[in-house]
Amino acid sequence: MSLVELKINGEVVKVEKGTTILNAAKEINVNIPTLCHHADLEPWAACGMCIVKLENSSKTVRACATPVEEGMSIITHDPELHGVRKTVLELILSTHPNECLTCGRNQHCELQTIACEFGVREQPYEKRLRDLPIDKSTPSIVLEPEKCISCGRCVLVCQGLQNVWALEFLFRGENTRIAPAGDDVLNDSPCIKCGQCSAHCPVGAIYEKDETRKLLDAIQDKNLHVTVQVAPSVRVAIGEAFGLEPGTVVTGKLYAALRRLGIDAVFDTNFGADLTIMEEGTEFVQRLTEGAGVLPQITSCCPAWTDYMEKYYPDMIPNFSTAKSPMMMQGAMTKTYYAEKMGFEARQIYSAAIMPCTAKKYEITRDENMYSSGVQDVDVVLTTRELARLIKSSGIDFLNLPDEPADSPIGAYSGAGTIFGNTGGVMEAALRTAYNLVTGTELKDVEIHQVRGLDGIKEGVIDIDGTKVKVAVAHGMANVGAVLDKVRMAAEKGEDPPYHFIEVMACRGGCIAGGGQPYFTTDEVRQKRMEGIYKDDKMSEVRCSYQNPEIQILYKDFLGSPMSSKSHKLLHTTYTPRPLHRL
Amino acid sequence: MNPEKFILVCNGAECRNPGAEEIYNNLRHECSIHNADDVQVIRTGCLGFCAHGPVVKTLPDETLYAGVTPEDAAEIVENHIINGKKVERLLYNKNESKQNVKVDNADFYQKQFRIVLRNCGIIDPENIEEYIARDGYAALEKVVFDMNPDDIIAELKSAGLRGRGGAGFPTWMKWNFTKQVESDEKFVVCNADEGDPGAYMDRGTLEGDPHSILEAMTIAGYCIGAKKGYIYIRAEYPLAIERLQKGMEDSRALGLLGDNILGSDFSFDIEIRLGAGAFVCGEETALIASIEGERGMPKPRPPFPSVKGVWGKPTLINNVETWANIPVIITRGGEWFSKIGTEDSRGTKVFALTGKIRNSGLVEVPMGTTLREIVYDIGGGIPGDKAFKAVQTGGPSGGVIPAEYLDTPIDYIHLKELGSIMGSGGMIIMDEDDCMVDVAKFYLGFSVDESCGKCSPCRIGGRTLYNILEKITTGNGELEDIEKLKTIGKAMQTASLCGLGQTAPNPILSTLKYFEDEYLAHIKNHRCPSKKCKELISFHILADKCVGCTICAKNCPVNVIDGAVREVHTIDQSGCIKCGKCFEVCKFNAVFIK
Amino acid sequence: MAALTRESLKKLRDSLKKDFNRINSAGKTKVVIGMGTCGLAAGAKETEEAFLEALAKEQRKDVVVSGTGCMGLCFAEPTVEVIVPGMPSVVYGNVDREMAERIVRKHIQGKILVNDHIYDKPSVDIIEELEGN
Repeated sequence: MSLVELKINGEVVKVEKGTTILNAAKEINVNIPTLCHHADLEPWAACGMCIVKLENSSKTVRACATPVEEGMSIITHDPELHGVRKTVLELILSTHPNECLTCGRNQHCELQTIACEFGVREQPYEKRLRDLPIDKSTPSIVLEPEKCISCGRCVLVCQGLQNVWALEFLFRGENTRIAPAGDDVLNDSPCIKCGQCSAHCPVGAIYEKDETRKLLDAIQDKNLHVTVQVAPSVRVAIGEAFGLEPGTVVTGKLYAALRRLGIDAVFDTNFGADLTIMEEGTEFVQRLTEGAGVLPQITSCCPAWTDYMEKYYPDMIPNFSTAKSPMMMQGAMTKTYYAEKMGFEARQIYSAAIMPCTAKKYEITRDENMYSSGVQDVDVVLTTRELARLIKSSGIDFLNLPDEPADSPIGAYSGAGTIFGNTGGVMEAALRTAYNLVTGTELKDVEIHQVRGLDGIKEGVIDIDGTKVKVAVAHGMANVGAVLDKVRMAAEKGEDPPYHFIEVMACRGGCIAGGGQPYFTTDEVRQKRMEGIYKDDKMSEVRCSYQNPEIQILYKDFLGSPMSSKSHKLLHTTYTPRPLHRL
Repeated sequence: MNPEKFILVCNGAECRNPGAEEIYNNLRHECSIHNADDVQVIRTGCLGFCAHGPVVKTLPDETLYAGVTPEDAAEIVENHIINGKKVERLLYNKNESKQNVKVDNADFYQKQFRIVLRNCGIIDPENIEEYIARDGYAALEKVVFDMNPDDIIAELKSAGLRGRGGAGFPTWMKWNFTKQVESDEKFVVCNADEGDPGAYMDRGTLEGDPHSILEAMTIAGYCIGAKKGYIYIRAEYPLAIERLQKGMEDSRALGLLGDNILGSDFSFDIEIRLGAGAFVCGEETALIASIEGERGMPKPRPPFPSVKGVWGKPTLINNVETWANIPVIITRGGEWFSKIGTEDSRGTKVFALTGKIRNSGLVEVPMGTTLREIVYDIGGGIPGDKAFKAVQTGGPSGGVIPAEYLDTPIDYIHLKELGSIMGSGGMIIMDEDDCMVDVAKFYLGFSVDESCGKCSPCRIGGRTLYNILEKITTGNGELEDIEKLKTIGKAMQTASLCGLGQTAPNPILSTLKYFEDEYLAHIKNHRCPSKKCKELISFHILADKCVGCTICAKNCPVNVIDGAVREVHTIDQSGCIKCGKCFEVCKFNAVFIK
Repeated sequence: MAALTRESLKKLRDSLKKDFNRINSAGKTKVVIGMGTCGLAAGAKETEEAFLEALAKEQRKDVVVSGTGCMGLCFAEPTVEVIVPGMPSVVYGNVDREMAERIVRKHIQGKILVNDHIYDKPSVDIIEELEGN
């Protein structure tokens, strides 16, 4: 790699060719202000905050988008630039509502932060708001276009990273706004509710539906026995809301906090994950060795993915695993197995779930399969962000909580369950169990590194007793297309499928970077949270789902065996082709 | 007997040069007393050179006499017509015209020098044979068989041609950059999205001489190694589109476009892409996005189109006028071209001369021609003999130039020094009746409408600036508003993503620079000195002039003029909509604008 | 016509130069009407019709009536260049129906120029009047 030498504020810097001025400045700890820039995305270069001067020239360039050149001399900050940046900020604020106190991003807003740093004290330009309606049409996400600053991140994410194309720029000039094409409401658009738009939005223009009140009402209701399940990804991220490093595993404190909120039984989605592996792993082995279904089998635990698949790849429904997601399995078990054990009726139990995911809010009423217990299996989903706010507003001193265990009989988990949070985790967990189901023995090395990491598409071959099982892992919805097109093409040509097993996660990095996780997620943060999950795996008493003692008891006492008719009724689901007619 | 010699006496409809009628009569008289029956004396329309009038021209020898008096008629007829000796002292000083055009053995006096428009108005644009007859496709032939790409670059370099779309970037450099990038595919693009209000130079060129563009693009394809070209033309030019399409069909049939051009192994073809009504798509990165079927929004540069353009491939984009110069540079040589114009700006420039000017139209002059020459010698001056106020160049990206700078030679560097730009060639003349604040508001309104909306400074700043101007022109301006205009203008110039936003404040900053007193009159005195801004003017009838003819009352669209026949009329101010109709129709100058 | 080669293009050009020569017009009488958008907007189509009708009336089938682009005299549209062998070619402006008939009568048939409507050509013709190197 060739190096380029340049000067920034008089200091010599040597960086790789192709580095932007913005990143070159970071190397010498100079932070050029930005607003629309995001490390996940190609520079959009819209807001105008990152302009820097070229010394001895009247030219200004955008630091986020301009690559360094040999001999360049850049001035990043001076009174003139400060003045222009402040004016641009004042202009942006003149079209932004003054609603910080009642806004979902109060204290976590990038516009608020930069306005604060620039010492904005007055609004010299006339306020121009457009009185645009709020879109609450989906169960998961709210669009508030009045607050939009047209940074373009949501459009770039939805079109580029996710390839969903639910959001687009409409109209022109000062009438520009961001909405689904044709000005549809979000629920009528291709939107899969993954929430990546809300995760990237710098302000309060896109956010998750806040349903905290529902949980509080349930807790207050003396007639309800309130249970909760916590997703794997929550335990390595919620600490960030309290100042901890991303990836710090705070499982014990999480259970403790939930109890102190007044919840009656604290369970873990990881148990549901182990259950998913038992069902899906068995399903896979049956397809692989008995021809009991088509190959490749595709994972189905990501609800944004199932929505996407029903809309864009309905021809591959037979490939989908019929297993429900861990959250839904956990909910079903809560209201049947657990209820029976405790002498409750299903309707007396309130089942809440804390998830890193906004699509999960949509999943719980997806179709009638989500009511397998006779009532709604999961009653409410709160995102990590909602729980963090609830803990704070309940006066709970999270950092000083003792570590507590989860409740039985559906709280314990194996390492395989916890790695569901990472991209490649479901695959790895499934293979650990599939190996045992086929060979009767345990995998020598349960860590399958071929499927780990942030590469958008990962491929691997695992030897299960002589059979070379070919797997693929895709994360970030835009990467799914390439993998599935390969499968389609092979089918058209009548060839063998290129893979036996495919894992898909809509969010880059997997659920640890889901739409409901704490803000400011970049690859650096993803990496840390992933490492936290793998640490949790390593620390687990047992590493494979079939070794989970509570799972073994569940089958012995209640379900019988994986893929039994009872399992089918409670733990499996069906899919409906809903091809999208609109372009 | 059919006349063989002709004496033309300039008698323009509004000529300020008196005496044309007398000169005409005297010449006829002189001809008759000399029995010159082979001579016809004729009155004509405006022959230009109004500052040097009265003007007399003889045909067929194309001699131009300037500053002619009725007494000169005898000399002209006797010495020149009868005895063949020109009257030296009356000859228009050709050298004045030719100071920018050093072409040997050239015996012409006109101020215009048409290179880009060489065939416009002469050939039938739908007939490829007429194009070929006038050296058409001679350049392409030379390039394909006798030149290699480096030769072409050398010729362009020696010519010194600069991009005519407004930026003035050296054309040879842009061609060279694109040529040097290694790629399996490259593209050539013609930017025919001409969007400046009042500018129609490219339209005239494309309608009048479409083949010149086709030939030039093909030459570029050969030079940089491209096989495909796009002409991105605004859909509002249907005639130009039609003529281009006919041109391409005819060229393809003759093997001058398409596969194996002129039997060689060089192939190049062109496709037309229509714009959809967005001025911003004249900006090259937005244009490229539009060709690719995306929203027309600019992208940051670098990477420049010569490295990464259409479909991510190296792309050479030039403006129509730049293209039209290429065939002549190839056939005549870069050196010939470099002798025209100034050191800084070689060649000619086409201007769309419009506004308050007698002879409006497309003019092409060598760079270095002064504004005065264009306005008065070519343009015929201001109608009604009103006072010249300013000339606006560069459209919504440019600025105004007041009367004190009329002797400025027109080239890139001088216009920039004055706070304006060459732009694509719009040149709008303004007189004492034009309000400079209103002018700034008009251009800004255009930029606000056409903003793509991607970057904050332009999207938000543009409208904020416009609303401030609106405040000022309706009498609600405050003194701080002037500072605000400058602050926001500066932010837009520095922080906008593309040229549209960066230059949108120029009309304001330029009018503020030269006409700040008008802004202050609006703000401090609630007065519009040019009597243009409706909220600040009112119409009144002068009692001592009104004869009660009732014409104003009959024409008032809102019936607010009262008065009986032969009695003084009055205007009800509360209902008056300031349309100006009464002022227009009154024959007695009884309507007064305050 | 078949695709051209270098040689056939040269030959074609040479033969065309003789026919299409603005100054001499190779002995043909031509009426060239400005049909750019400016001309059309000012009524050039009607002007064309008027010429065709007037010429037909005088039975001058030898006169070529054709269109051209914008000559730059937009303020005087419709403009018409009249080329009669033996006379200097001139450009008339503001040519409406009546003017067209007058031009046919006086200039084309009568070989004298018509008053008040002549405009100067804006520029020297670099192709025919200025040789390059």
